[in-house]
Amino acid sequence: MTKQDIIKPENLVYGKTKVLTDNIMHYCPGCSHGVIHKLIAEVIEEMGIQEKTIGIAPVGCSVFAYNYLDIDMQEAAHGRAPALATAIKRLMPDKVVFTYQGDGDLAAIGTAETIHACNRGENIVIFFVNNGIYGMTGGQMAPTTLEGMKTATCPYGRNTDMYGFPLRISDLLKEIDGTCYVTRQSVHKTANIVRAKKAIRKAFQNSIDGKGTSIVEFVSHCNTNWKMTPVQSNAWMEEHMFAKYPLGDLKDTPKKRFDEINHL
Amino acid sequence: MEEIKLMKGNEAFAHAAVRSGCDGYFGYPITPQSEVMETLQELKPWEETGMVVLQAESEVSAINMVYAGAACGKKVMTSSSSPGVSLKQEGISYIAAAELPCLILNVMRGGPGLGTIQPSQADYFQSVKGGGHGDYHMIVLAPSTVQEMADFVDLGYELAFKYRNPVLMLSDGVIGQMMEKVVLPPYKPRRTMEEVIAQCPWATTGKVGRPHNIITSLALESEVMEATNNRLQAKYREIEENEVRFEEYMLDDAEYVFVAFGSSARICKQAVEYARAEGIKVGVLRPITLFPFPTKKIQELATRVKGFMSIEMSAGQMVEDVRLAVNGTKPVGFYGRQGGIIPSAEEALEALKTQIIK
Ligand SMILES: Cc1ncc(C[n+]2csc(CCOP(=O)(O)OP(=O)(O)O)c2C)c(N)n1
Ligand code: SF4
Ligand SMILES: [Mg+2]
Repeated sequence: MTKQDIIKPENLVYGKTKVLTDNIMHYCPGCSHGVIHKLIAEVIEEMGIQEKTIGIAPVGCSVFAYNYLDIDMQEAAHGRAPALATAIKRLMPDKVVFTYQGDGDLAAIGTAETIHACNRGENIVIFFVNNGIYGMTGGQMAPTTLEGMKTATCPYGRNTDMYGFPLRISDLLKEIDGTCYVTRQSVHKTANIVRAKKAIRKAFQNSIDGKGTSIVEFVSHCNTNWKMTPVQSNAWMEEHMFAKYPLGDLKDTPKKRFDEINHL
Repeated sequence: MEEIKLMKGNEAFAHAAVRSGCDGYFGYPITPQSEVMETLQELKPWEETGMVVLQAESEVSAINMVYAGAACGKKVMTSSSSPGVSLKQEGISYIAAAELPCLILNVMRGGPGLGTIQPSQADYFQSVKGGGHGDYHMIVLAPSTVQEMADFVDLGYELAFKYRNPVLMLSDGVIGQMMEKVVLPPYKPRRTMEEVIAQCPWATTGKVGRPHNIITSLALESEVMEATNNRLQAKYREIEENEVRFEEYMLDDAEYVFVAFGSSARICKQAVEYARAEGIKVGVLRPITLFPFPTKKIQELATRVKGFMSIEMSAGQMVEDVRLAVNGTKPVGFYGRQGGIIPSAEEALEALKTQIIK
């Protein structure tokens, strides 16, 4: 049997989803962004929603997500993605709308947009990549940076007296009546990738079913700015990040409806 | 049959928005323009036309909702007053850069800072010279009547979509709050999704039978960015060539010219009556578009009049553009009041006499 005999459509066990473009990703080797993009793209293809999905790229390392996902996309100003998603979903309710945001984008400069989109229970999906740092700008402190963790703007380690505590924003968002699904996932091991993909699918389905805002947080690393190898980063993430940001579902209930709240 | 109504400028704007086939309004309350969203909420256009009306958590959020809606090819708008419009500047810069059509209303109040809720025209620089970062221009329309608060909605959208550019209606607390007779425009249906796609093939309406559409203002390579800058500048030159609008009032035999926009122009018309009663031949040039500015018209006037007087509710902002146009060939004076005080016709005439006629 030759190689050519084996390369046949019926023998195909895995292929690149058509929702990913052929553009070469700019992410550092080992970075989680690429894996998360791939999972989102695969779910979009499997659910058959490529034509009606509108994505929003943030300002952060994933600003060029629009070059990799073969769907209509908008690039938001830093932190404003949930405001964009709100308008798109309100103006075109038959569309599936998601944002893709980093921890600086979502939990620092865009906190207000995030909380209020969730509070209105917008039927959108928020994908939240928490790598504990500002990756794009060269590794400065993020609101999610762990206590004692060294970054370019806290070179001696995050001092909580000066800068407060790592913000578990997903825990905050789960308390908001408009959110329906808040989950923390990771993509550093096969089993986690499988679980993360299920979470992505569930989030999209919630949005289609009008259940409210879904947030999928991916606890991630930034090996470049953490100044570690990808393997070291994964180990450090498991030991330290997961301790502060434990994986699992934080909330899974449809948003409250007006008539329920008012007992009409 | 014509529908003649008596209403505030802000209310007329809201009614005209619904009638123009607007798809979405996104705003945040601030005096003296809150009646815009209040009127829209009362009208409940979502039941009649399907127009979305949403109170955002801030002006920052509202302008970014406008960015996204415009990026979908929708007819969207926001309104605010000076402090709120300052917050919108980042978003406006992104909208201009991504070349998105939309309508923004600023019902100006006095600043700087929290300032006063009384009328002002002190956001002229912000409106016509950029406001946000980078080299860009909005098309700026200056209404001076309640009727124009209604009429400029359609005109604004026409220009916004023609040039894929944000249009600002620069009004003030006088025009927004005063009641006048207004003929509301007839109802236009909202465009269907098919019409939106046909008019805006670049919009993010869903990747159906075409390559994916991307709305972005990012260009990391300098050559690409400079090409974008050059394209924008060429568009602004085209707008300057084609879209200058102004009103001439008693200029045919005028020896002196008041240059004024918005409510100041109304005062100047009164001042012209007083002046002519004294035998002084004065007229008014009222720029309707502040960008593009009626530079050529002023240059033409400069060849035949003795002097200009810019009357503004500011410390003197538009006067700089009048001086640039006149280019030293004739005297240019300025008189303004600030803090929410409206200059009187008597003051305007007195300023003309002391500064220019002498
Ligand atoms: C208004 C504004 N402020 C600051 C910046 C600079 N900036 C770009 S990306 C970024 C942080 C991104 O960090 P994060 O959201 O965590 O994304 P990551 O790169 O880590 O994926 C900052 C501060 C900007 N582009 N715009
Ligand atoms: S800098 Fe960090 S977040 Fe950005 S691509 Fe590299 S590893 Fe990923
Ligand atoms: Mg980050």
